[in-house]
Amino acid sequence: MELSYTQDEIAFRDEVRAWLAKRLSKRLVNKVRKAQRLTKADYKEWHALLVERGWMAWHWPVEHGGTGWTPVQKHIFEEEMIAAGAPRIIPFGVNMLGPVLIEFGSQAQKDYYLPRILNDEDWWAQGYSEPGAGSDLASLKTSAVRDGGDYVVNGQKTWTTLAHFANRIFCLVRTGPDAPKPQQGISFLLMEMDTPGIEVRPIYTLEGEHEVNEVFFSDVRVPVENLVGEENQGWTIAKYLLNYERTGIAGVGFSKQSLGALRKIAQTEQKDGRPLADDPHFAARIARLEIDLLAMEIFNLRVVAAAGEGKLPGAESSLLKIKGTQVRQEATDLMRRAVGPYAAPDLPEAFDEGWNGQAPGPDYALPLARGYFNMRKTSIYGGSNEIQRNIVAKHLLGF
Amino acid sequence: MDFNLSDERRMLQETARRMIRETYPIEKRHDFARSEKGFSADIWRDFAELGLVGALLPAQAGGYGGTGEDIALVFEEVGRGLVVEPFLATAILGAWPLCEAGGAEAGDAGTLEAVIEGRHLLALAHGEPGSRYSLAQVKTQATESGGIWRISGVKSVVLNGDTADDLIVSARIAGAAEAQDGLALFRVDPKDEGVARRSYALIDGGAAADITLGEAIGTPIGAPGEAYPVIERTIARAALAAAAQALGAMEAAKDLTLDFLKTRTQFGKPIGANQVLQHRMVDMLIEIEQLRSCVMLAASTLEAGRETRERNVSAAKHLAGRVGRQVAEEVIQMHGGVGMTWELAAPHYAKRIVMIDHLFGDTDHHLERFIHFSKGAA
Ligand SMILES: Cc1cc2nc3c(=O)[nH]c(=O)nc-3n(C[C@H](O)[C@H](O)[C@H](O)COP(=O)(O)OP(=O)(O)OC[C@H]3O[C@@H](n4cnc5c(N)ncnc54)[C@H](O)[C@@H]3O)c2cc1C
Repeated sequence: MELSYTQDEIAFRDEVRAWLAKRLSKRLVNKVRKAQRLTKADYKEWHALLVERGWMAWHWPVEHGGTGWTPVQKHIFEEEMIAAGAPRIIPFGVNMLGPVLIEFGSQAQKDYYLPRILNDEDWWAQGYSEPGAGSDLASLKTSAVRDGGDYVVNGQKTWTTLAHFANRIFCLVRTGPDAPKPQQGISFLLMEMDTPGIEVRPIYTLEGEHEVNEVFFSDVRVPVENLVGEENQGWTIAKYLLNYERTGIAGVGFSKQSLGALRKIAQTEQKDGRPLADDPHFAARIARLEIDLLAMEIFNLRVVAAAGEGKLPGAESSLLKIKGTQVRQEATDLMRRAVGPYAAPDLPEAFDEGWNGQAPGPDYALPLARGYFNMRKTSIYGGSNEIQRNIVAKHLLGF
Repeated sequence: MDFNLSDERRMLQETARRMIRETYPIEKRHDFARSEKGFSADIWRDFAELGLVGALLPAQAGGYGGTGEDIALVFEEVGRGLVVEPFLATAILGAWPLCEAGGAEAGDAGTLEAVIEGRHLLALAHGEPGSRYSLAQVKTQATESGGIWRISGVKSVVLNGDTADDLIVSARIAGAAEAQDGLALFRVDPKDEGVARRSYALIDGGAAADITLGEAIGTPIGAPGEAYPVIERTIARAALAAAAQALGAMEAAKDLTLDFLKTRTQFGKPIGANQVLQHRMVDMLIEIEQLRSCVMLAASTLEAGRETRERNVSAAKHLAGRVGRQVAEEVIQMHGGVGMTWELAAPHYAKRIVMIDHLFGDTDHHLERFIHFSKGAA
């Protein structure tokens, strides 16, 4: 057993670290650190760096423009990006659709869409959830009816993250309304957002931010060439994607970053004239988080290593998703606590770039309550933590 | 032992509940909360006319209540309705130091009358940058010369500090920065040229201000140097009020969630048919009943001696923080995606419940106080 990185892995880490330090602009890092709103242009700027370096599709197979990195290298890369203060890579095209097209797409689809993802020419949105179909995704109703060379799509998607930035959307639609099981009547369809009949409306989150949307479809005509895989094969594709989506699901890098920030805050904040970090009660809270994170990092690496040996993660990815979101949420809870009364002031304008006003309390306090509330989403999306437990329980118990 | 409310209190409760329910739909609440003041002055006057402000103050101040029970009862309704009007700032934090001083000082009796009628707003400027939840840590200084007191220092996150007609300001006239001795309370006119206010919204609705005092003129409330016990009792009342408010908010949020569990269907059945959600709902219920019990205990001993009062208030506020996190997080989680939206009321309750832990001492602070005040009780 050897729980540390090899020489090669360390060299790789240093290479990534040096590249990030050199190429990532101070402006972007500053925005990320201050939790400011990232614009489409900000994401594009970051993606462009990755494209230039050939690291945009870092987890794709080499023959499609990927890097051929080992799972441990991927893990290192993910951690370094977060540690450097990079924005997240918008996952819908490169993490989700890319692998689907590689596995299920027609040659024409691969030839057209994969390079566009590699070069960051398209911004994809994920159109799965509907008002009536969340956890029970297979009950989705948005219909696609064949009419000559087109499908005619009608219905509604919801919670569509950053659809207001997207020029394309991949959707699960119902093509076989009479299938014996709802899962058997679903297809995977690609659409352009500016097709007549598509309308995007914002949903404001509990902190008042615009991150998710409703997307309405009325008589939207989509060429049949935009069907991925076979008609009514959509559920199989979605399930394949779910497995893919779950690498890196634990968010170890994110939690490490939060822990570091938390430590700094606790050093700065005062309690009874001493640093909060010296308060035994608060120190114990931080230590408990740190132990959970330490354990989870190794747990994650064990799963990563097994994947390197070709074992597809099964129940483990659900376990990691649950624990990962708990740890992330706990970290934001402690940060909010750490700043005491100064968690309460809310200055929405402070999250715009170029704001150079004065925070009521310390600068770092401003985004903490928002961060705590926003992070509640992680146990809801991507298959809620209840649904993850159901999956594991079924695995264990068989019923 | 009698756990029933007197007829008068039951009437008060019903009045408050009805008025808040009828005048306070969530959309209107958002309008009030997002307005410049952070609340509605009209609604505040309506509340006062119904007697809800007077109910929080004792007879010697012209009120008709002011016991722990009255405070718990009104604030539970304030919490249930997600009310943003300045009940805490004006009727508890601002008015009680004036009451305790006897209301006899020049002008104070008139002030309290105006407060009870909803015509005059107050705020307590006590917390300072870095003082966190400590009650005695005051760096703001007051000095007297020729019979005039002048106050200098910085006060932070003063609830409704931007709209108060009078500020009640704590300052030190002697002693080290953490000493209980040497504290004084002053009444300061916010229009004084030595007062600068910077206001902002709060994440759970409402408003607060940071206040900088530079040689601002103040009138002493009570004997300068001996204000600590008044501050402690005032914050105890406020902590009880906050715990009761959290309780009311949890009750409302729990009811909304119960409705949701019954009406939202997934996999062909209401999500509430899943045993895991049922059990977690029951766990929430257990903890809310625990909190209700603790709030009742703290309310009933608010006028008791220091140790008992502080110990029980800290128990209630500690629990409000601990249970509050559980309830707020469950409310969001059980709602799924819609639990993350601005549009629903439930997430706003969750925000209020969580942020109450940042008022008058969080769950850790009150755990320590509980331990401290339990030493004599053993
Ligand atoms: C910020 C955010 C971004 C999102 N982005 C996207 C996106 O880009 N694209 C997209 O398609 N979707 C997206 N989603 C949607 C997300 O996947 C759904 O919210 C999620 O699947 C849950 O569905 P729901 O919201 O309808 O909740 P529901 O399914 O109604 O669930 C409500 C509650 O009931 C629980 N529950 C449901 N069934 C069971 C059961 N059988 N046993 C136990 N508990 C159960 C759930 O766990 C939850 O706690 C996003 C959601 C959020 C919050």
